[in-house]
Amino acid sequence: MAQVKETPLLEMRGVSKYFGSVNALQDISLQVNAGEVTCVLGDNGAGKSTLIKMLSGVHSPDAGELLIEGRPVHLPNPRAAQAQGIATVFQDLATVPLMSIWRNFFLGNEPTKGWGPLRRMDVGKAKTIMHSELAKIGIDVRDPNQTVGTLSGGERQAVAIARAVYFGARVLILDEPTSALGVRQSGVVLKYIVQARDMGKAVIFITHNPNHAFLVGDRFVLLKRGRMMGSYLRSETSVEALTEMMAGGAELQQLSDELAKLADAPDIEEIAKEARELAQGAEG
Amino acid sequence: MTVTAADFQTPGPAKAGDERLAHVGRATRLLMRPELGALLGAIAVFVLFMATDATANHLWIHQTGFAAWTQQASVFGIMAVPVGMLMVAGEFDLSTGVLTGVTAIVMWFFMDKLHWNAWLAIVGTFAFAAVVGLVNGYVVVKTKLPSFIVTLATFFVLRGASVGGVLKLNAGSTQVSLTGSHYSGMASAKTIFGSSFFASKALPNGYQTADIWFVIVTIIGAWVLNRTTFGNWIFASGGDANSARNVGVPVARTKMMLFVATAMSAALVGIISFTQASSAVSEQGVGYEFFYIIAAVVGGCFLTGGYGSAIGAAIGACVIGMAFEGVIYAGWASAWDFTFLGVILFLAVGVNTLVYQRAMKARR
Ligand SMILES: Nc1ncnc2c1ncn2[C@@H]1O[C@H](COP(=O)(O)OP(=O)(O)OP(=O)(O)O)[C@@H](O)[C@H]1O
Ligand SMILES: [Mg+2]
Repeated sequence: MAQVKETPLLEMRGVSKYFGSVNALQDISLQVNAGEVTCVLGDNGAGKSTLIKMLSGVHSPDAGELLIEGRPVHLPNPRAAQAQGIATVFQDLATVPLMSIWRNFFLGNEPTKGWGPLRRMDVGKAKTIMHSELAKIGIDVRDPNQTVGTLSGGERQAVAIARAVYFGARVLILDEPTSALGVRQSGVVLKYIVQARDMGKAVIFITHNPNHAFLVGDRFVLLKRGRMMGSYLRSETSVEALTEMMAGGAELQQLSDELAKLADAPDIEEIAKEARELAQGAEG
Repeated sequence: MTVTAADFQTPGPAKAGDERLAHVGRATRLLMRPELGALLGAIAVFVLFMATDATANHLWIHQTGFAAWTQQASVFGIMAVPVGMLMVAGEFDLSTGVLTGVTAIVMWFFMDKLHWNAWLAIVGTFAFAAVVGLVNGYVVVKTKLPSFIVTLATFFVLRGASVGGVLKLNAGSTQVSLTGSHYSGMASAKTIFGSSFFASKALPNGYQTADIWFVIVTIIGAWVLNRTTFGNWIFASGGDANSARNVGVPVARTKMMLFVATAMSAALVGIISFTQASSAVSEQGVGYEFFYIIAAVVGGCFLTGGYGSAIGAAIGACVIGMAFEGVIYAGWASAWDFTFLGVILFLAVGVNTLVYQRAMKARR
């Protein structure tokens, strides 16, 4: 990456976040550049979602500051973040189950027609756009009036992703967007990420899949128990190194030793074998 | 760059005519609508009282019966529509009933004690209600306490104030009224809010202008809820407030505006009743808040929020109006009308549960 030293599009300086006595994030400094994919990696509970929620205006940092193009900003709510061109696919997808697909797709950004008191949602336009955007991701919407609560997990995830891609103006944040997706749809999401990057957007991508991360990532940020463990450029790392970092290398070795020991006890041999297979599956 | 967009396989275009899309008939679609249960219920109640009508000329199906139950339904419906919308947004307002009485007293106060012109008093009454609604909404949104509790507090404050205030202002009487005809603007205000129309030989008292206000409020409510951006936000705020906020819906503002709209509808009812009677009593309207909620539930609004219909709530108000009047026409002891309402509420909740299950699961 022949990056000239320029002002990053998005920057965090010494940011901390507490939930009561829980120290969710401690002194995080991070730069996100336009035209780059930044992958955030870490264990469950490491603070990845908390980090991106501060960038999307859901939480405000308790210490430190956020900068957009070098200027300090305050994002009091998600709407303010959207106004800055930041679109997010939240881990919980942020969809409303009782509402139809098209209403969910445009929620908060409804297209309108007409003037004054006759200003109303442009339902036809909303349905057309929603249909074509979801077709692009490989989901064929059968009935735009279907409630989101009746969609499959992957379909719901696709709706959230298509929505963020459609509205993401400068920054696209995806929090484990492929966790429920099939191979084909995951491929489309990775393609979206690359497309967004090539269009000069900044992409922040959270995933537990090292293969996905290495396929599209330019920069890898590692979180552990709320602290930053390191930041690596693509050239400085590999899939194997990422896998090791995400699984916590030494810990994985310890786990397999323990399982081997357990295997000596005959009655739990079965369980141990299964667990070993699982561990191998996670590695490969 | 190591990968480009072209490296990933593009899925084929969506097929036209999905083989997995079962044909959903028009009738089934209609069955899914939240107001359908209310409409069927209303027809059933109407037919019931048609059959049990004990009046001499079977007046229930004539203009007389229609005017009688719409008169009841209109003042319930003007409230049931906004209360239903508030329920869709996931909130309750228990201060609505007493507020319809308090606003009537407030209008009397402006006219009799402050000698305001009736129209100025109407503006003042709406402003008063807007402040009450704003306080309800602000406290609910800021404290995140259940609106059930917050508005219960408002209910008691207003109830006490309506009793104490009237006693204090009116030398120990519980009723306030305008006497004489020297109140400027009252005649024209009465024409708009508190008079009747279409009087004829068959129907000497005509229909109440409140009926027209009921229709106007219902049309506005249905338009806002189904067609506007704000309506989308109402559904989202009640369906999943957290998700709604995360995608940029101003949930707090949406709820506050609905509390204000509900309170201002209560002012409309207060103004209607005061211009009709030129008087008001303390504690007027107390207990009506439950009729509004019943009407909304009968109309398909979920107590848990996120789903409902303004037209349904209006039909629910008609059911209540018919229940109250029909019992009289049938010659039953009027004490039974509450029992009757209770049964209707049970049935409505049953229908709503079915609709909910359909909306959330099988779409066929
Ligand atoms: N609203 C909250 N209130 C209290 N604690 C919270 C809240 N949100 C997050 N936490 C805590 O902060 C820590 C970090 O959570 P976060 O959701 O950011 O983890 P994560 O890295 O996204 O994990 P995962 O991979 O499982 O999604 C956790 O210990 C969690 O319990
Ligand atoms: Mg997370």
